[in-house]
Amino acid sequence: MTAVLGGRPEGLTVLNLGDDEFDTRSRLVVVGNGMAGARFVEEVLERGGGDQFRITVFGDEPHGNYNRIMLSPVLAGEEHEDDIVLNSHDWYADNGVNLRAGVRADRIDTAAKLVYAADGTATAYDHLVLATGSYSFVPPMKGVRADDGGLLPGVYGFRTIDETRAMLAATGSCKRAVVMGGGLLGLEAARALQGHGVHVELVHAAPYLMNVQLDPEAGAILKKSVESLGIAVHLDVFATEVIGTDRVRGVGLADGRQIEADLLVVAAGVRPHTDIGVRSGLEVERGIVVDDQLRTDDPDIYAIGECAQHRGEVYGLVAPAWEHATVLADVLTGTEPTAEYHGSRTATKLKVAGVDVAVMGINTPERDDDEFLVISEPRRGVHLSVVIRDDKLIGATLLGDTRKVAFLTQAFDRGAPLPEERIRLLVDLSDGAEEVGVAEMPGDSQVCNCNGVTKQTICDNVAGGSSSVGEVMDRTRAGKGCGSCKSLVKQIVEWAADGDVPEDPSESWYVPGIPMAKPELMAAIREQDLRSVSAVFGALAPDGQEDAKSKMGLTSLLRMIWGTEYVQENDAKFINDRVHANIQRDGTFSVVPQMKGGVTTPAQLRKIAEVAEKYEVPMVKVTGGQRIDLLGVRKEDLPAMWDDLGMPSGYAYGKSFRTVKTCVGSDFCRFGLGDSTQLGIDLETRFQGIESPAKMKLAVVGCPRNCAEAYVKDVGVVAIGNGQWEIYVGGAAGASVRKGDLLATVSSPEEVLTLTGRFMQYYRENANWLERTYDFVPRVGLDRLKQVLLEDSEGILADLDAGMQRSIDAYVDPWGQDGRQPATPGQFRTSLPMVDLPKAPVR
Amino acid sequence: MSMTDVRTTTAVVVGRVEEIPMGEGRAFVAGGEQIAVFRLRDGSLHATQAACPHAGGPLADGQTDGNVLVCPLHLYAYRWSDGAATGGTTPIRVFPVRDVDGEVVVEV
Repeated sequence: MTAVLGGRPEGLTVLNLGDDEFDTRSRLVVVGNGMAGARFVEEVLERGGGDQFRITVFGDEPHGNYNRIMLSPVLAGEEHEDDIVLNSHDWYADNGVNLRAGVRADRIDTAAKLVYAADGTATAYDHLVLATGSYSFVPPMKGVRADDGGLLPGVYGFRTIDETRAMLAATGSCKRAVVMGGGLLGLEAARALQGHGVHVELVHAAPYLMNVQLDPEAGAILKKSVESLGIAVHLDVFATEVIGTDRVRGVGLADGRQIEADLLVVAAGVRPHTDIGVRSGLEVERGIVVDDQLRTDDPDIYAIGECAQHRGEVYGLVAPAWEHATVLADVLTGTEPTAEYHGSRTATKLKVAGVDVAVMGINTPERDDDEFLVISEPRRGVHLSVVIRDDKLIGATLLGDTRKVAFLTQAFDRGAPLPEERIRLLVDLSDGAEEVGVAEMPGDSQVCNCNGVTKQTICDNVAGGSSSVGEVMDRTRAGKGCGSCKSLVKQIVEWAADGDVPEDPSESWYVPGIPMAKPELMAAIREQDLRSVSAVFGALAPDGQEDAKSKMGLTSLLRMIWGTEYVQENDAKFINDRVHANIQRDGTFSVVPQMKGGVTTPAQLRKIAEVAEKYEVPMVKVTGGQRIDLLGVRKEDLPAMWDDLGMPSGYAYGKSFRTVKTCVGSDFCRFGLGDSTQLGIDLETRFQGIESPAKMKLAVVGCPRNCAEAYVKDVGVVAIGNGQWEIYVGGAAGASVRKGDLLATVSSPEEVLTLTGRFMQYYRENANWLERTYDFVPRVGLDRLKQVLLEDSEGILADLDAGMQRSIDAYVDPWGQDGRQPATPGQFRTSLPMVDLPKAPVR
Repeated sequence: MSMTDVRTTTAVVVGRVEEIPMGEGRAFVAGGEQIAVFRLRDGSLHATQAACPHAGGPLADGQTDGNVLVCPLHLYAYRWSDGAATGGTTPIRVFPVRDVDGEVVVEV
């Protein structure tokens, strides 16, 4: 309980050498080690201030610096206290900052420039920064304090980690809690305690909740949402008395009611910590008064954060505190000696008691010609309003639905132009919704999560001269990871270029190196009888130039078109297809033997175990596709390993048909309606190794309980009883999640095999390279697919069947083929025998 | 004792041309240095450092064309002419390499 948060291991102490007489750096002393003080020190260090200043930080609490905003999740048990540490004691030591944790600074001698602390020391300063923050205000109530002046046992403020710890400990024994204060902090405390199974009643002196931020109507809606959580709310009433002598037994209200309680949380607002300023003779009103450079009336003393009063405003939010820290660091380090702070426009977005709330500016109109738009849906717990003056957004309140907060914040902060139809500020109307969506996204929102590319980066790239989507993608790497963000990247590029994006013809090409769409390319290949990738480049590429990034797609296409008559060229294959294994981050490979339908045998398992031991496989892993993966295999070991395994390749590396997951079906499962296991095995037997524009993952389930996840597969088959099977296509559960579309319901396993084959062949012939079925099916349209595949509207079913059969006949197990006789010299020679690679961890 | 920084190169025979299939690369050790040597379909030879500067990928396992080499791990592409990355990231080192009577000679 008494552990120091962000502290050093016991026994370690900081060796304090005291003032070095020869140290010429000036002395910078910071009083307060909270969100403002510690951030300020960070900002100073970032500006190279470590060379200019000897920094000393006084912290009232014994801990390192922690994120006070996160105390609510800690109280709720959603975060661990260790995870909210921002700067540990080590951080201060590492950065040469002398942290006086647990030492309260009492008084300043402004003439002698000394800080007197509670431990009796006097510390000299050249520059002094006060960042003392605020404290929980405890309203006068009878019996709230014990005889020693401290709070009665069982009464807590909600401001520090120690108070949070104490409350957490108390939840074990307490049954009933009263939270005083229906502001943000009070609501969060109530919600957190209630989550621990404590019965919570909330007492709020104002007529509605969050009265500082919300209007009465929104407050009333919030009250309903809070009550629906099981928290009782008492409004418009003061708590006047704390009942109990040794500890809290209950709370007495002004109207005479008494509420039984063994825990009382006082969250009735905060007050700036200004004692040290008052005692030291600084100008103090509500807060310590500062000018635009955060300077107090003493030229060497500054105040930032919640203890500071700037132009009459005292802020209780972290954003202004951090702005203070930035400006003051600019001024003191000389990075920008004339930097000034002109006040903050505060916009907050938070989740209070499980409800999304965003507020900025004012919440009700103040002048006759202010525009005021309100959408109120009490039943849904949604209340949205905006206040507009002279065509500018001056206030917004969003409760229960904060989807529009990004755009509103932008409009509020920068005075961005508002839509003529004001209602668009609050709701998306159906027309042109996408365009609006992109425009509204804040610049720092991440578009490509794989490569960490933000909207701003994309816009900058367009401004920097990139003129096509492809160019932007090449330069920023956006969309180059899993690819699921490509369409968003495209929208942003078009938006950033004001729609002035030249039609990129290469978008319709099957591969970037051959200027032809897929049908045209396939026709040319057939017509000119091109059977190898180099032949295709020679005949169809501009100047006959080969293109590395087109080779893999062409190999796949040629194999589909020509089957056994395709002329193999290993350099046109991706490394995975050259060695029939999946390359790993450290240059080793993974080996996945075929395991049809996820069904295996003791003999197979024994064999796999022996092989894994023999080749010292670092990790053996059951895959998501119901197979066994041997990871970390050396390239040169692959052929011998296949030989020892004596099992065919599972094709876990290719842009091809991968696997069919199944459930146990009707053989053993008491719910099974169809023999899904056998059908899965039959599907895998028929379509094993079929190459395709992107990987194809299948599943068959014996009933709609969907244990093998057939609804989210490229092709998913579901038994629905009476011998009937549903076939879903275009499902996905990867970077995109999409439930497949029901293509047809058929009445036999044979029909499943036929229709699956037709769908896959149609996809193989018409999908773009790397286009998964979850993009292909919506692009073509389910209706069209049904017409083509069920009604033969294009008269191609016989061709589809023949095309698929050609590929099936061309199937050769690659492990059996290349294992004995390498396809090229050094096919399995290692490519990195002696370079240290980032090693994947061995388990 | 030399007062100037003189860089000398050594010509090393790493293997025979036919050890490298058309369009592919193979890794060799030359003068204690790990090198990837490629034989393009136009017959030209190219030598680069063996590990991708991005994440250590085995460049000899990459795919090639007349202009670039593409790393197999994250598809970063590097130009043969100067080793520059097309995406503007860290370049790779390229080494002079030639075919001398069927032997691959790399200067390191």
